[in-house]
This record gives sequence, C-alpha cells and structure tokens, in this order.
Amino acid sequence: MNVTLSEFLSVLLIFIGTFVSFLSAIGLIRFPDVYSRAHALSKSSTIGVVVVLLGTLIFFVSQEGYFSIRLLLAIFFVFLTTPVSAHVIIRSAYRARVKMTKTTVEDALAEYFNREKNIEGIEAEDAR
Amino acid sequence: MPKQVLINIFIAILWMFLQDSWTVLAFFSGYLCGLLIIFILRRYFKEKFYIFTLIAAVHLLLVFFWEAITSSFAVIKEILRPKITLTPGIFKLETGLRTEVEITLISLLLTLTPGSVVMETIPEKGIIYLHGMDMPESKEAVMKSAKRFEKAIKRVTRND
Repeated sequence: MNVTLSEFLSVLLIFIGTFVSFLSAIGLIRFPDVYSRAHALSKSSTIGVVVVLLGTLIFFVSQEGYFSIRLLLAIFFVFLTTPVSAHVIIRSAYRARVKMTKTTVEDALAEYFNREKNIEGIEAEDAR
Repeated sequence: MPKQVLINIFIAILWMFLQDSWTVLAFFSGYLCGLLIIFILRRYFKEKFYIFTLIAAVHLLLVFFWEAITSSFAVIKEILRPKITLTPGIFKLETGLRTEVEITLISLLLTLTPGSVVMETIPEKGIIYLHGMDMPESKEAVMKSAKRFEKAIKRVTRND
C-alpha cells in the first residue's frame, strides 16, 4: 500500500464532492418549500460537482500526465448554468402561484405583481 | 476594446513579417510588443487599455468562485441543523446597473451569495427581487456585498 500524495488528494476531493452533493440532496428533502429548496439546489450541488471534477483533473494530471481542458470547461459551465436554472425554477414557481411556507416574513414581489400576499398563513387568516 | 485588440493583432502580424518567420512564437513576441506599444499610447484611445478590463474580468471570476464556496457552506450549515427554523422572504434590491450584460452578471453573483436567489429583475430600473433564506441576516449580507459586486462589475463594463 503505497499511496502517493496526488492520489490521496484526488480521492479526498472526490470524496468531499460526493459528500457535499449528498448533503444538498438531504437539504432538498428537508427544506420547507420550493423557494428555499432552490437554495440547497443551486449552491451546495454546484460546489459538489465542481470539487468532483477538480479531483478527476488532478488524478489524470498526476497519473497519466494528461491535462484535460474539457474538465475545466465543464467546471466553468456548471458555475455559469446552475444559478440560471435555480432562478428560472423559482421565477416560474412564483408566477404559477406556488405557496410559500408559513414562516415567511416578507413578500416584496406581491406589490410588483399586484396581488395579495402569497404566504400560506396570511391567506388562511383572510379566508376565515 | 475591439479596436485595440485589432490594432494589437495587426502589430503582431507586422512583427511576424518583419522577422520573416511564420511561427507562432514570432506572432506571440509581436503580440507582446503590440501590448507595450498600446500601453504607451493608451491615452490617445477613447476607451481604457483593454488589459485593465481583462484583469478586472479575472478579478470578477475569482470573486464569483469565492462566493460560491462560502455560500455552499452556509447552506450546508442550515441543512445540518437538527430542527430547521428558516424565516424566508422576498426583498427588493436597487442597483445602479442597467445594461443586459451587467444585470446578468449581478444576477449570477447574487444567486451565488449566501442565502439569496434572484427571483425577478426589472433591467430598465435596475431593480432585482431576491428570495432570502434567513430573512433579516441574509438581507443585510446581500445589501453589503451587492455594493462590492457592483463596483467589480462596473470596472469591467464601464469605461471610467
């Protein structure tokens, strides 16, 4: 068992990446509504994927002496596209009148769309 | 900026002809000479020297990566709480940015800051609606870092 430093580093990075992705998946289940789930989706999973790709890059550079530009491109595009997808998901969710959780404290968008507040708790009071 | 790059490439090709060698190395040394010439003559151009814009862009990219790392850890901290006590909310942010490129860049940056995702933008007025995860704190954090991002973006897109 002789493990070189670069092997150890790449395996460690891939492990951290998988673990972060796993945590963000847990967050996707635990968070209360679509809007806060988008937070877990957009941030932690980005870092998870990027760190796995970095580990792969280091592995190929050290083991086979092959510097893959395409992996760097993948990292760049993951960084560029995940925020956009999160933005589009919650934008369309708000336009489709998806309810927010009861603990929501502020809804500044209601005045922009000229509609009553989208928060579950407040609307329940109005109905009574 | 496109004019400066064109002049720089022209100088590089000229250099290549003067050296009488059709190699990539000659082109690059010519390009470096062109950079020096444009740097010396930079006050005769209306726009600022394009290398400064390039450096500002690299700085913006680094800010981008740093924000992504810190915000992912902030979210993981929330996920690992034994009982989730989030107080989310939507708030309004006014910026001095107007053009499409600027609004796109600041939306990307703000989505990657801890505890905020962009929900709606009004580019003509520079207004951005954000969804904050933990309301009073994330609002203050975003207001603070938005100023920094605005400055970094203006250094790339504006000419002064």
